[in-house]
Amino acid sequence: MSETLTIKRELEIPKPRGLSSSARDKLIHAFFFLNGMLSVIALIGIFGLLVYTAVPAFQEINLWRFLTGAEWNPTSYYEAQYGIVPMLVSTMMVTFGALLIAIPLGIGTAAYLSDVAGPRTREIIKPVIEILAGIPSVVVGFLGIVLVGPLIAKLFGTSNGLNAINGSILLGVMALPTIISISEDALNSVPKTYDQASLALGATRWQTVIRVKIPAAMSGIIAACMLGMGRAIGETMTVLMATGCAPAMPEGFLESVRTLTSSIAIELGEVAYNTTHYYALFALGLVLFVITFLINLTSDIVLHRYEKVNR
Amino acid sequence: MSEIFTNSIEKKNKIAPPKISADSFPAGEEKVMTAEDRHSEARIKGEIKIMVENFNFYYGNHQALKSINMEVITNSVVGIIGPSGCGKSTFLRCFNRMNDTINGTRYEGTIEIDRKNIFDKDLDVVDLRRNVGMVFQKSNPFPKSIFDNVAYGMKINGIKDKSKIEQTVERSLRHAALWEEVKDRLNKSAFALSGGQQQRLCIARALAVEPQVLLLDEPASALDPIATAKIEELIHELKKDYTIIIVTHNMQQAARVSDYTAFFMLGELYEYDLTTKIFTNPTRKTTEDYVTGRFG
Repeated sequence: MSETLTIKRELEIPKPRGLSSSARDKLIHAFFFLNGMLSVIALIGIFGLLVYTAVPAFQEINLWRFLTGAEWNPTSYYEAQYGIVPMLVSTMMVTFGALLIAIPLGIGTAAYLSDVAGPRTREIIKPVIEILAGIPSVVVGFLGIVLVGPLIAKLFGTSNGLNAINGSILLGVMALPTIISISEDALNSVPKTYDQASLALGATRWQTVIRVKIPAAMSGIIAACMLGMGRAIGETMTVLMATGCAPAMPEGFLESVRTLTSSIAIELGEVAYNTTHYYALFALGLVLFVITFLINLTSDIVLHRYEKVNR
Repeated sequence: MSEIFTNSIEKKNKIAPPKISADSFPAGEEKVMTAEDRHSEARIKGEIKIMVENFNFYYGNHQALKSINMEVITNSVVGIIGPSGCGKSTFLRCFNRMNDTINGTRYEGTIEIDRKNIFDKDLDVVDLRRNVGMVFQKSNPFPKSIFDNVAYGMKINGIKDKSKIEQTVERSLRHAALWEEVKDRLNKSAFALSGGQQQRLCIARALAVEPQVLLLDEPASALDPIATAKIEELIHELKKDYTIIIVTHNMQQAARVSDYTAFFMLGELYEYDLTTKIFTNPTRKTTEDYVTGRFG
């Protein structure tokens, strides 16, 4: 009995100094868990702050009139108007206009880069696209004023070119790099066996790209477009500079528009602290937050449904 | 006449000219025909589907195929066997010019299909591939429904007539012996099928384009014995309408499915003869060593 005990003791693995390995493991686990949670905490914090600051606005503003009102005039002499519809419409116009430009162009470029372009062309084009992503939005807005604006004015015979089309073009250009690079990754990750099968059936290269590769990469391409859309909706400085920022209800793409983001940027600097107007601007932020959240949610649902069908 | 048909290097890879006429074979005569007899007869009748002459193929500086000469008779099955890296898949991919998609490849010599050189400048490679279907080693259905997979070839050819597409899809699936298994779920994803079914779907997809030649690149190497048996049965059926070239690693498979067997080694066509001859009484020692499993 005593003999076996001594043997057991000899076989014992020497303990590491300091913490035991399982404790260390837990510590590291906790560290990375906290890192992961940080973004969740930040998100909840931002949402909480927005709600907390936005809610007082509705003590004076009717929520229904806020959401459906067609006039935004918080500094009116008679009765302050807090209707966000013009801004919602403006945001949607500029965003969808931008996507209308960026999605076909982006997917086309991605398809060209992944399947048609030679290695040398690709080596030149890819870095250029990455540089395009790095141009500050204020510079793009500047180009909108001095370059795109006059061009639109000349083309459509308007007095100036600071309108929804201008914003759409600029935002489209800004969303392009995101859409191109993510779509291209998605296209490149389509198995080569699909290409081979399609070509062997007598398809041309473009038929292969359009009918096989793009559908196969659709989940990635949708994600790319959604990210591009997120970029376009959230963009502030460019639209602020290029769209004219008239707070009236826009009547067409040649009208000056004012998006949610630019309204916040314009007015927050001049508003009196803790007034209804101040709170209302946070309510605008909350609306913007909800819109982007809904976009992400739908894209997620679309992606999952698509993956289920195809896998 | 008694001369044995071998397409070997000693004979400088020249195909023996026809020495006999069709009259030499009175109907009903019980006589074992050699490969040469059959080829001569086919030549007279104009039933040579594919003719390969002095064909060389290079990957960059590496010569993968060395002066290949070969004829394939219409509606016959040619099995291509040989050790790994002998160029058999490369050779197969020459018939529909799939090697064009690889950078740095080049070729010399000619391959004629129906007397037309497939490397001709004014030949449209897209047309060629419609005529020469291919099934790959690993089944590669598109991430589409079963129906859309088979209909793909027609759609890219601009066929819009719905009823025609439906008919062809059904016919192709029946031809590939898959119809009974999938007729109730044509709109389900092709990935829901088993490996063997997927491979038959790929065959159906190739058949739907109505090719004349079918290239099979180790079509059963990733399948279980039952699925393999089904594919082999299918090849027997397809032989009636198509000229088939099949690359295989499996000697028994070559023996079972092919009429003629071509033995490749180090990029050379070592021996090309009737399958029965290759497997029972090959002319060259190396062939015998390979088919009896002494190396490979």
